[in-house]
Amino acid sequence: MTFLRIEKLRKHFGATKAVTDVSFGLEPGQVLALVGENGAGKSTIVKMLTGLHKPDSGSIFLDNQPLFFSSPQEAWKAGITAIHQETVMFDELSVAENIWIGIHPTRFGLVQWKTLLEQTTIILKRIDAPFAADAPLKTLSVAQKHLVQIARALTQDARVVIMDEPTAALSKAEIEDFFRVVQQLKSENKAIILVTHKFDEIFAYADTYAVLRDGELVGAGKIQEISSDALVRLMAGREVGALFPKTQAVQKNTMLEVKNFSHPTEFNDISFGVKSGEILGFYGLIGAGRSEIMQAIFGLNPDATGALQIDGQVVKIRSPADAIKHGLVYVPEDRQHSGAILDMSILQNISLASLERFGMWLSRKKETDLALPLTEKLSLRAKHFDQFVAELSGGNQQKVVLSKWLATNPKVLILDEPTKGIDVGAKSLVHTLMNQMVQDGLAVILVSSELPEVMHMSDRIVVMRQGRMVAEFNAKKVSAEEIVAQAAGVLA
Amino acid sequence: MNLILKNYRREAVLFVFLLAALLVVGIISPSFISLKTLDAIWHDSVLLLILALVQMPIIISRGIDLSVAANLALTGMLVALLSKSNPSLPVLVLLLAGIGIGAILGAINALLITVLELPPIVATLGTMSVYRGMTYVVSGGQWVNSQDFPAALLEFPNARLLGLTSLEWLSLLALFLAWLMWHQSRFGREIRALGNNPSAARYVGVLEQPRLALLYTIAGAVSGFVSVLWVARYAIASTELAIGFELQVVAACVLGGVSIAGGVGTVYGTALGSLFLVLLYNALPVIKISPFWQTAIVGVAILVAVIVNQSAGKRIGKKILREVSP
Repeated sequence: MTFLRIEKLRKHFGATKAVTDVSFGLEPGQVLALVGENGAGKSTIVKMLTGLHKPDSGSIFLDNQPLFFSSPQEAWKAGITAIHQETVMFDELSVAENIWIGIHPTRFGLVQWKTLLEQTTIILKRIDAPFAADAPLKTLSVAQKHLVQIARALTQDARVVIMDEPTAALSKAEIEDFFRVVQQLKSENKAIILVTHKFDEIFAYADTYAVLRDGELVGAGKIQEISSDALVRLMAGREVGALFPKTQAVQKNTMLEVKNFSHPTEFNDISFGVKSGEILGFYGLIGAGRSEIMQAIFGLNPDATGALQIDGQVVKIRSPADAIKHGLVYVPEDRQHSGAILDMSILQNISLASLERFGMWLSRKKETDLALPLTEKLSLRAKHFDQFVAELSGGNQQKVVLSKWLATNPKVLILDEPTKGIDVGAKSLVHTLMNQMVQDGLAVILVSSELPEVMHMSDRIVVMRQGRMVAEFNAKKVSAEEIVAQAAGVLA
Repeated sequence: MNLILKNYRREAVLFVFLLAALLVVGIISPSFISLKTLDAIWHDSVLLLILALVQMPIIISRGIDLSVAANLALTGMLVALLSKSNPSLPVLVLLLAGIGIGAILGAINALLITVLELPPIVATLGTMSVYRGMTYVVSGGQWVNSQDFPAALLEFPNARLLGLTSLEWLSLLALFLAWLMWHQSRFGREIRALGNNPSAARYVGVLEQPRLALLYTIAGAVSGFVSVLWVARYAIASTELAIGFELQVVAACVLGGVSIAGGVGTVYGTALGSLFLVLLYNALPVIKISPFWQTAIVGVAILVAVIVNQSAGKRIGKKILREVSP
């Protein structure tokens, strides 16, 4: 009998089908590699297994017992624990306090500090952790913090340990140390789920695999029985739907020329150009440095070096204000956080990036003149201009943000994940708008983690991996497999 | 009309509160509702109002200026000493001197907050003590009394033109300028954007440090201006001048619906908040509340008004969440 088994697990968020009827199993002492592109549904499965999301339907069995979690605590008590990509921990507290937080051993309501430290020391020894139980967490490296999380899992005698991209921020030596601990857990008969993008790790450490695509399980089996090429095909191989209407625009002169952009830690030697009327796609896995390079071009990273030309002119951009002045705008990914200003009106949001041309005093007429043509063009659905942006739907908020940037009359528009988290209808509208923008002679850079979107909307595609440009393709002449192989670092 | 009620809900709630308070006081003591008392309340609220109108954008920008009253005391003392040693100086020169000295003190706050990047509450808590302490140093602990001031200065705040005192005229001017500055200028809009969403503001090219530096310097200049009015109106400059007044200024803003979390607040609300606070202080003695109870009752009234206002805001919030969530 299978030790951990999930059966027909399903989770939909409105129109977004995050996970549909996924089933797989896992034995103790085994490592299962859960793979798939960004947004394939891996994190949603992890969240259901750890009680953060409730499945719409389907079941989880551990040791043949069906499990229902109404909170993360229950999953934790049942012995399922996860180590997350971005760890939420308490920097100012000690290692021991971080390990025992919320589950402190107490007597008469008082924390038993001595027991706590002793227990911690024992656990840390078990995983060969090179730090003391009373060390402040902030003195630890990222890799060591992962060990703290593993130690926390061990306090509850966890039976299933889920690791969500555990090595994303680690150096090579740290990764080796980390996997020594994973081997140790294996020998203690823990069942381990490893969520990762890294093929070398999958083939070195995993026993079985499960591949997700668009929320569905597309393949599962033993690692010895599959090649890396076959795995790439499973991840990428899907039809590019007719969802994205791409029209061809006339390409003219080079609008943006980026030369030798480098940063000490984030990216190296990035050079590319975009023409008027062209959409240049940037694809890569999360953490490949795509957003970082775009923000640097936009003047948000003073440590970056390199040269820029906009419309044939050499320009120096030291701040977003400079960039906007020269006709280069960047629409950031996080709409709620960095895009719309929710407690301000639609009108005030749209004019915000163009206030410079008003001089010192605002005028409602000028603001309306600026906003009206754009909101009509983008068919913004709102009651009136004074409505707060917070009251709009996600798609309409995105239209307000786009209007704000288009109002500056840009020559180059960088869109970072423009369709993330909006519904299908709004998505195809954004794509239609992108077509319109290039028809109007703009140069557009599309940063997206959604492969079909990048492939279908772009004219050319740049693939980034670990801060470097690793490939450039003509979008018409490339297959999804080739792109994924480059992004993941597998030679297809 | 619907729209006004929706976007200015807090202000509307406060306005109803203000009328209700007036009504209650009027029922208990009908003589209170007279042009004379209303004139007195208005006259009395002006200094608070002007200070609140510059505290408002500071709170909107996610900051706070606790040094306004100490700035007022130090600048007031310096101007009083200047006037004492040069009795022939006209009121206008004294006002300009106040603005200049206040602006310098405000610029020190700006320096601490933007160049040294101290949190505003820490920076102005520090300068509050420094400015108050300097008031003792420059005055040697001595008061400047009414006989030391030129008559023109003492008469100025209460002088009437077309039935209104000059303070009342100044409050109208202040309201207009504040409306222009905080609702109609690019500067005001950018401050609001910064307070609402600093990250988004950065992306559209708003330069945070220069904007904040200007804001705190303006606040200092306005404190300096008000200090001269204060000294003239109360005919005294002492080391205890306006002690604790910064909290009343902040209270007036909060009452007026300015969110301590930043990003939200209007000139209208702030004006109503200031009026409400002054009304309470004036009305409680009239309706024969024991002086021992007055401060506590004002505090309770502030809390009630803020709680009601907040729950009005929360109802909007809940509806938004339903619409935005995926």
